[in-house]
Amino acid sequence: MTIQHRYDPHRKYEPRQPVGGGAKTSAMIASLAAEGYDSVSAPFGHALVDAARNDPRIVGLTADLAKYTDLHVFAEAFPDRFYQMGMAEQVMVSAAAGMAREGFVPFATTYAVFASRRAYDFIAMAIAEEYLPVKIVCALPGLTTGYGPSHQATEDLAIFRGLPNLTIVDPCCAIDVAGAVPAIIDHPGPVYMRLPRGKVPSVIRRHCPDYTFELGRAKLLRDGGDALVISSGFMTMRALDAAVEMEKDGISVAVLHCPTIKPLDTETILAEAGRGTRLVVTAENHTRIGGLGEAVASTLLTNGVTPAFRMIGLPDQFLDAGALPTLHDRYGISTTAIIQQIRGWL
Amino acid sequence: MSGTTARPNMSLPRRAWEIRRKAVRMGEVQGQGYVGQALGVADVLAVSYFHALNHRPDDPEWEGRDRFLLSIGHYAIALYSALIEAGILPETELETYGADDSRLPMSGMAAYTPGMEITGGSLGQGLGIAVGMALGLRAKKNPAFVYNLMSDGELGEGSTWEAAMAAAHHRLGNLICIVDFNDQQADGKSTETLSAEPLPDKWAAFGWHVQRVDGNDIGALVAAFDTARTLPGDRPRAIICDTVMCKGVPFLEAREITHFVRVEPDEWQKALTVLDETRPE
Repeated sequence: MTIQHRYDPHRKYEPRQPVGGGAKTSAMIASLAAEGYDSVSAPFGHALVDAARNDPRIVGLTADLAKYTDLHVFAEAFPDRFYQMGMAEQVMVSAAAGMAREGFVPFATTYAVFASRRAYDFIAMAIAEEYLPVKIVCALPGLTTGYGPSHQATEDLAIFRGLPNLTIVDPCCAIDVAGAVPAIIDHPGPVYMRLPRGKVPSVIRRHCPDYTFELGRAKLLRDGGDALVISSGFMTMRALDAAVEMEKDGISVAVLHCPTIKPLDTETILAEAGRGTRLVVTAENHTRIGGLGEAVASTLLTNGVTPAFRMIGLPDQFLDAGALPTLHDRYGISTTAIIQQIRGWL
Repeated sequence: MSGTTARPNMSLPRRAWEIRRKAVRMGEVQGQGYVGQALGVADVLAVSYFHALNHRPDDPEWEGRDRFLLSIGHYAIALYSALIEAGILPETELETYGADDSRLPMSGMAAYTPGMEITGGSLGQGLGIAVGMALGLRAKKNPAFVYNLMSDGELGEGSTWEAAMAAAHHRLGNLICIVDFNDQQADGKSTETLSAEPLPDKWAAFGWHVQRVDGNDIGALVAAFDTARTLPGDRPRAIICDTVMCKGVPFLEAREITHFVRVEPDEWQKALTVLDETRPE
C-alpha cells in the first residue's frame, strides 16, 4: 500500500511561495463573502428567536458549536431552553430525539461533516425512522471552509438523500434562511438544513423582489432562453451573478432556485426543463455524486424529459485546503468558473 | 407503586416466572428467539413493571408514566412478555411473535408496539435518547423517571459514555440506567470481547450513583430500585444487574451459552415443563 502524499516525503523541506496571490485562508468562522450584496448577521439565530417567542416547544441543542452555528443568539435569548451537549454529536442527536418524544421541537446544530458522518446512525434510527420533529441545522456545508476534508462536507446531501422521512433544505441566503426556519418548524417531520452562518448575504430579493421561501417548492428567479440553471444553496447566488454577467454578452440564462433537495419539486423542474430547447445545467455546492444534479437528472430521465444536460459541482475527491476563492475557482463553483463552463457548453 | 394490573396480589417471583413462561412460548412460536436473554432478565423486568414503574396498563402513553426504554431491541421477546403480563398487550398476541404484520416484531420498535417507548436495536442509542427524555421531563416539571435497559455489550459503544457524561453533567437525577450484565455478546463473553470492568468504578467516575446486584435476586433488585428511586440529589443512577443467561431452565443454563442460544424443536415443551415444575406462589 502506498500512502498518497501531497508532498514528496523523500525531499528535504524547502520553503514554498504561496499560490493564488497569497489569498488568506478563509477562517472557520468566516462568512461567505459576496460582493455587491448587503449582509445580515446570524439570520438563523434571529429567525429561531422570533419563532421561539410564540412557540414554547422550541429548544436548541449544540455540540460545542453554538457560536459557529449562530445558535448563540437563541442561547442568549432563551438560556433555559438551550442545551450545551459538548463535543458529543451522538448524544446530542439522541437527546434531541428524546426531547422530541417529550413534545419539544429541538433544533440541533453542529457542522455538516459531523452530523452526516459521525451522527448518521443516530439521525437515521432515533430520529428519521421515528419521524420525530428534530431539525438538524449544520454550518459549513459543501466547500465553505478552507480547512480541508475534515471540515468540508462535500457529500452530506448524498449521505442524507437516501434516508427515508428526512426533508433536506439548502437555502441560498439570509432571506431564504429567515423563511426556511418557520417553514421547517411547521413541517411535522425531521429536517436537515444546510446553514449559511455569520454575515450572510441577502441575495435573492435583489433579483426577484417577490421571492418567498416555500418548503418543497422550486422558484424561477429569472427567465432566459439559452440556458436554465437549476441550483441550490449559495450556488443560486453564483448562478444569478453569472446570468447577469452573461446577459451583457447576449446570453440569456434562467435560474431556477431549488432550496428543498428532498422532497424535490419535480413538477416545477419538469415544467421548466421541458420548456423550449434550453441547455439545462445543475449547480450545487456538493460533489456531483448523489446531490441535486443527480436528483434532477433522475427526475428528467425517468419522465422522458431529455434536454441537453450538464452538471456543475465538486469533483469526486478529497479537496485541497486553502483560501475559499482559490478553491471555488479550482473546483469550478466560482461565478467565473460557472460562466466559463456554460459558455463552453452553449 | 405500580398502576392497576391484572391479578394485583401476585408475588414478584411469580411475575418473573410468568414472564419467563411467556418468553419460552414466544420462542416456540418462531422456533427461535433471544430466549436466553429473556430468561436472564425476567427478574429485572418483574421488579420494573410490578414494583418500580409508575404506569397505567390501559393507557401506555399516559403523560405521568415512568418511561421504560429498551435500548437492546433484540430483548423485545422479554419486554413483550412483561408487557403482556402487565396487561399492556393482550396475551392472545403472543402467538403472533415475529409473524408478518405482527405488532411484536423480533426487534423492538416504537411504531409497532404499545408500551415500546423507542426503537432499539442499533445498540448504544437508548441511553442518549433517555438523556433527552429526562431533560424534557424536567423542563415540563414532570416528576416521572426514565429507565433505560441496556446490555453489557452496549458498554462498548462510545455513545453510551457520551450519554453517561451528559446525564451527569445535566444532573439528571430522574434517569435510571439498568445494565443487564450476562457477560455475553455476539462473539462471546463480553468480558473477553471488550471488557468494561471495573464497571462500577467507570459509572462512578462518570458521576453516577452506582449499584451492582445479583440481577436474579428479586429481593436485591427491589432494594436497588428503591434506592435508585429515593436517593436524594441529582446524580443519575445506574443499577448493574449480574444475570445468568437462560435462568430458570437448568438444562439450558448448563448448555454452552451463546448470544443466540440454540433450542431444539422438542426442547421448548421441555423448557415449559421444567418451568411448570418450579412455579412460585
